Amino acid sequence: MASANRLLVRNIRKSFGTHEVLKGISLEARDGDVISILGASGSGKSTFLRCINLLEIANEGEIWVDGEQIQMTRHHGQNRPQSQKQVDRIRSELGMVFQSFNLWSHMTILENIIEGPVHVLKRPKADCIAEAEALLEKVGIADKRHAYPAHLSGGQQQRAAIARSLAMKPKVMLFDEPTSALDPELVGEVLRVMRALAEEGMTMLVVTHEMSFARDVSNRVIFMRQGVIDSDGAPQDMFGSNASPAFRQFIGNFGA
Amino acid sequence: MTFIEMLGFGQKGWAGLLLGAALLTICVTATALVIGACLGAVVASAKLSGSRSLRLIGHVYTTVFRGVPELLIIYVIYFGGSAAVTAVGSFLGYTGFLGLPSFVAGALAVGMISGAYQAEVYRGAFLAISRGELEAAQAIGMAKGLRFRRIIMPQVVRLAIPGIGNVWQLSLKDSALVSVTGLAELMRTTQIAAGSTRQYFLFFIIGGCLYLVLTSLSDRVFQRAERRANRSMPASMGQA
Repeated sequence: MASANRLLVRNIRKSFGTHEVLKGISLEARDGDVISILGASGSGKSTFLRCINLLEIANEGEIWVDGEQIQMTRHHGQNRPQSQKQVDRIRSELGMVFQSFNLWSHMTILENIIEGPVHVLKRPKADCIAEAEALLEKVGIADKRHAYPAHLSGGQQQRAAIARSLAMKPKVMLFDEPTSALDPELVGEVLRVMRALAEEGMTMLVVTHEMSFARDVSNRVIFMRQGVIDSDGAPQDMFGSNASPAFRQFIGNFGA
Repeated sequence: MTFIEMLGFGQKGWAGLLLGAALLTICVTATALVIGACLGAVVASAKLSGSRSLRLIGHVYTTVFRGVPELLIIYVIYFGGSAAVTAVGSFLGYTGFLGLPSFVAGALAVGMISGAYQAEVYRGAFLAISRGELEAAQAIGMAKGLRFRRIIMPQVVRLAIPGIGNVWQLSLKDSALVSVTGLAELMRTTQIAAGSTRQYFLFFIIGGCLYLVLTSLSDRVFQRAERRANRSMPASMGQA
């Protein structure tokens, strides 16, 4: 049943022009699942994540968030959301963390974090500030609350971006290669925050190249190849002896 | 009469008139800037819109008003506008010639030109906003209007300030052309002073100096605004 899932995606297809990037992807995430999505660049994993919160509109397929289906309609042969209102509301329930952080550069870190709760969820500002301070504490950048994003390191910016998403109290967090733009020495601080989130029971979908995160933190690993799910399973199976040949070759390239 | 008398505030002095004229020049330019900001914002959004016909209209506007001499546009607005007002007047029973007030005509003409340049400034500023920041706004569930108000507008304003400073300077000089309509702004008053005292060299130099004072003062204002708006940017990003 759909309502048992935090997220249910059925048979998503997406083409850019004549190039089919996603050839029918399905996935369900139960409460507390931490799913790592691995794959070579061009395998469609980022596009898949962006289809879930409709930053890209899939040509076909169904998306259910917490038991609610996103209503789609056909328009000139193109799939299109029926109600922008519903899309905006669903998006506010899905946290998204980008590879390039994408903090709003004209706002301080604190302003970035309270922006969504105050203006999208229309909650009292004082409450939002108190919660934002707690989140900043949690991701370890409380001293940066009045700094602007440009004055922070990449790792600090990404932790602020995670806090910004968490401030919306999302039902699912989507991470799109959250550590790929970081200098190697800054990767650890972001992964630590993500690991803590996973341990608190947050439902997470993580597109990543961090094999250690996939193996040690997530409870499920999905390997995508050429627009389809090549293999899917618990990390101990995926990284164990019965891994698919393609996946084995993929992780071989990482020296994992 | 000595130079000092001619340039003083006394009965025969021109200082008061020249300063008043400089003030009028600022008023014409400021009015034009506001008119241009409204037109510029509309034209910029037309040029950025998804509709092909709106884009074409915006393109025609900026091409015409940047490509035709300012003086010609001032003539068209002043005489064309006056003809229109006269026509409306005769329809209502007035028979004589009715002029469009030269201040209104001048500010409108300079404003329309300024609007074409401002449109390009706003368009460039919008395109300079990071696409990722706009996506982050979408992803957090901001509706279109909210995104525009909270994410796009503040950044367009910040990114547009240097360009708007430039347009202001252009408009300040364009406003001298409004003198052809008889408006006693700085250029016209300088001409009158020069003609009636026959001290051409002296008064044109003084007029030129007054323009320089206006432009360098406004330069400072814009520089300060730019510094203020760029507080959120890294110090290395070109703040002299």
